Amino acid sequence: MKRLTNPFSIVVGTLMTWFFSAAAFAESVAATENSSLNLRRGATDISGQVYDLHMLMFAICVVIAVVVFGVMFTSMYLHRKSRGAKPANFHESVKVEIAWTVVPFLILIFMAVPAANTLIAMEDTTEPDMTVLVTGSQWKWHYKYMDSEVEYYSLLATPREQIVNKFAKGENYLLEVDRPLVIPTGQKVRFLITSDDVIHSWWVPDFAVKKDANPGFINEAWTKVNEPGVYRGQCAELCGKDHGYMPVVVIAKEPAEYEAWMSEQEEKQRKAREEEQRLLAMSMSMDELMKEGERVYNATCAACHMPNGEGLQGVFPALKGSKMVTEDQAAHIDIVLNGKTGTAMQAFGKMLSLKEIAAVVTYERNAWGNNTGDIVQPKDVNAVATGQ
Amino acid sequence: MSKATEVMHPDEAAHGHDDHHDHHIPKGITRWLFTTNHKDIGTLYLWFAFIMFLIGGAMAMVIRAELFQPGLQIVEPNFFNQMTTVHGLIMVFGAVMPAFTGLANWLVPMMIGAPDMALPRMNNWSFWILPFAFLILLSSLFVEGGGPAFGWTFYAPLSTTYSSDSTALFVFSVHIMGISSIMGAINVIVTIFNMRAPGMTWMKMPLFVWTWLITAFLLIAVMPVLAGAVTMVLTDKFFGTSFFDAAGGGDPVMFQHIFWFFGHPEVYIMILPAFGIISQIIPTFSRKRLFGYASMVYATASIALLSFIVWAHHMFTTGMPLFAEMFFMFATMLISVPTGVKVFNWVATMWRGSLSFEIPMLFAIAFIVLFTIGGLSGLMLAITPVDFQYHDTYFVVAHFHYVLVTGAIFSIMAAVYYWLPKWTGKMFDITLAKWHFWCSLISVNVLFFPMHFVGLAGMPRRIPDYSLQFADFNKWISIGGFAFGLSQLIFLALLIKACKKQGEPVSDQVWEGAEGLEWEIPSPAPYHTFETPPVVK
Repeated sequence: MKRLTNPFSIVVGTLMTWFFSAAAFAESVAATENSSLNLRRGATDISGQVYDLHMLMFAICVVIAVVVFGVMFTSMYLHRKSRGAKPANFHESVKVEIAWTVVPFLILIFMAVPAANTLIAMEDTTEPDMTVLVTGSQWKWHYKYMDSEVEYYSLLATPREQIVNKFAKGENYLLEVDRPLVIPTGQKVRFLITSDDVIHSWWVPDFAVKKDANPGFINEAWTKVNEPGVYRGQCAELCGKDHGYMPVVVIAKEPAEYEAWMSEQEEKQRKAREEEQRLLAMSMSMDELMKEGERVYNATCAACHMPNGEGLQGVFPALKGSKMVTEDQAAHIDIVLNGKTGTAMQAFGKMLSLKEIAAVVTYERNAWGNNTGDIVQPKDVNAVATGQ
Repeated sequence: MSKATEVMHPDEAAHGHDDHHDHHIPKGITRWLFTTNHKDIGTLYLWFAFIMFLIGGAMAMVIRAELFQPGLQIVEPNFFNQMTTVHGLIMVFGAVMPAFTGLANWLVPMMIGAPDMALPRMNNWSFWILPFAFLILLSSLFVEGGGPAFGWTFYAPLSTTYSSDSTALFVFSVHIMGISSIMGAINVIVTIFNMRAPGMTWMKMPLFVWTWLITAFLLIAVMPVLAGAVTMVLTDKFFGTSFFDAAGGGDPVMFQHIFWFFGHPEVYIMILPAFGIISQIIPTFSRKRLFGYASMVYATASIALLSFIVWAHHMFTTGMPLFAEMFFMFATMLISVPTGVKVFNWVATMWRGSLSFEIPMLFAIAFIVLFTIGGLSGLMLAITPVDFQYHDTYFVVAHFHYVLVTGAIFSIMAAVYYWLPKWTGKMFDITLAKWHFWCSLISVNVLFFPMHFVGLAGMPRRIPDYSLQFADFNKWISIGGFAFGLSQLIFLALLIKACKKQGEPVSDQVWEGAEGLEWEIPSPAPYHTFETPPVVK
């Protein structure tokens, strides 16, 4: 057949460009350890070790690649037929073959030792200074401080308008939450990680902590943050429709500041409970309920049931014109409070206050043309919740 | 030829018996529906795989269009998840695996001097159930609630309690794909064990045959495991069992163990035949025998055996005991030894050869370089403590696309270019082929290389929208993706021309330096070959 024009120079050209870009990458990484090209060194001793390990592996891989491809490109240059190369006759060599089995094996041992040491340190969750229970659910995180009464949900704070490109996107687009997890610096914080529905994965790159949240099982991880700061991460395991919209934000504060924050939270939580009791004795107006209900609905329910109440056909049922929403009020309150087993409908009794549930149920029963005229008060919700 | 076929073509009686095979290939659609000819079935498999490659590729274009910019522009998150899921399923089960089976059909009998596959009717059946499997899968996209949206790994309970009802269609279609694969594998094994020409001893078999033989054993070992996994998903979802539901005494992590016990050998199912192809092509265009034939065979077998004891490296973040994490880390690192041996052997084959760079060789060289990059990132992923950072990010996406696109798919393209002149008897359009190669090579790197960076910088996979720091790279990745997609249309044009038998006639050997039984038969390969077995010296 017709001999092809010599593509050799182009092959080498392309591949060399490739190498230089890899080399440039390594250099840029060495210059800026927090670049957007590479892993970050992070905020803990462990994350620093992981980073060093990563750079070591990367360097070894680059060296291997340069040697192997170097030999190959040399051969492509020297041993071209168009250069008059005559093929040699060798096709095996026990010595060489043993060498290139044994040498990689030794390199692997060299890699395995520091890797094993780091791994052992990472998995040592004993003797923590404090413990936080992290619970994932579609599509938010719940944090409970095991040593106090404080617990709360942490939801995406990026407005819907930014996601659908109506507003300009903010600096921390998709990496911001309404209530971040707060932990003290310099203390060993243990995370107990689980899930209420599907598998999620709690990931903060700066701590080198990524652990799956498995429904029905509890995983452990830990961190000890050196510097105060805001650390951002995301859910790392596909968990359904809004998997891309459940960020993790952790604020590390100096221990004294943390203590102050914690007392403030305890105080707030106590006041909220008092307010709840007070509300039971009162009635709210339709306007108040509808306004509050719309806010709660859009923050909590609209992800599945959609802002227009029409749901997603075959996946999430419509509330607009739904029999439960327009007729059976007790069942309606019950499903919001307790969820429905075997479906994606969660129990919101723990997440929302009595007032919020009353408002959202009222809203759902009167929005989008449902127009039942029903008004649900916090005490009605309390009645269902306490089984009265 | 069977009695039934003769009845369908009564005019054969008028001809001499000796030549009726070559001159009376059945015509029309029935030829393809009822064929038991390994070459016809190979062609069917290859075209089917290519069509699936284009469909799966179109889905990748949807994904890349949505990810071109941050924010939601083109599709809703739920549909995005369906695209990533079905793209994965189609590329794995619809494109790569059938393409390899098609190559096995065409080549294994020709390479070992057999007249056909050992079980020709089963061969027909194993192909013809495949289009139905994919019709079912694709139709699920149009039913209420949409198609599977839980990733090709279908982790429970996302795929059970929390999935749409079309999961039943997904399960049924995976069952059919599995049955097809198992039948194909049985056929390969039976053919190689029983139908080698006299003198074709085990250690004389071409490496493509060896790698496929080992692949076939992997298929038979793990496809039933996949079938078990999908069946348990089906009963958990529809019949109230609790295999993967902790509330009923099950365990969602057990699903992952079962899935990856299938899934990791599956990775090698998609790469071992590629090793075989490259081991055929490199010696031809180096005009030198393959270096270390025996060690290639042993390395392939070692990789296959090791593939059964590394599955949990996909699951380091699920929360395993320290001992298990150590074991799976070390076992995974070990795989790089036999894989390294293969790469070194190819380079040693080229060393002091007499190299020329025809199209198949270009793809083979690109394979070695780019597959090695994917292998090296795989070695990095094996290191458990850093895998905690890499896991489920775009670094992983970059890794497996380097081994599957520039690995498996480049090897399939290399194979098609290498054997196409033998199949059609004509040289393909070299100008188009060069365009195809260079456009693919450049665009595929623009597509997948920056994924390493966004992954390391922290972008999770399977998200329809991302924070602003990833925007620049994602734009380039999408541009690379569109360019790579368009480049495959050049390949389509070339294949259509080749099937119309346009081009210069080629010699029997086709490529100077090509060795093996398939290069000793006429070009194009007659409908029936080796009816009298050749004697291999």
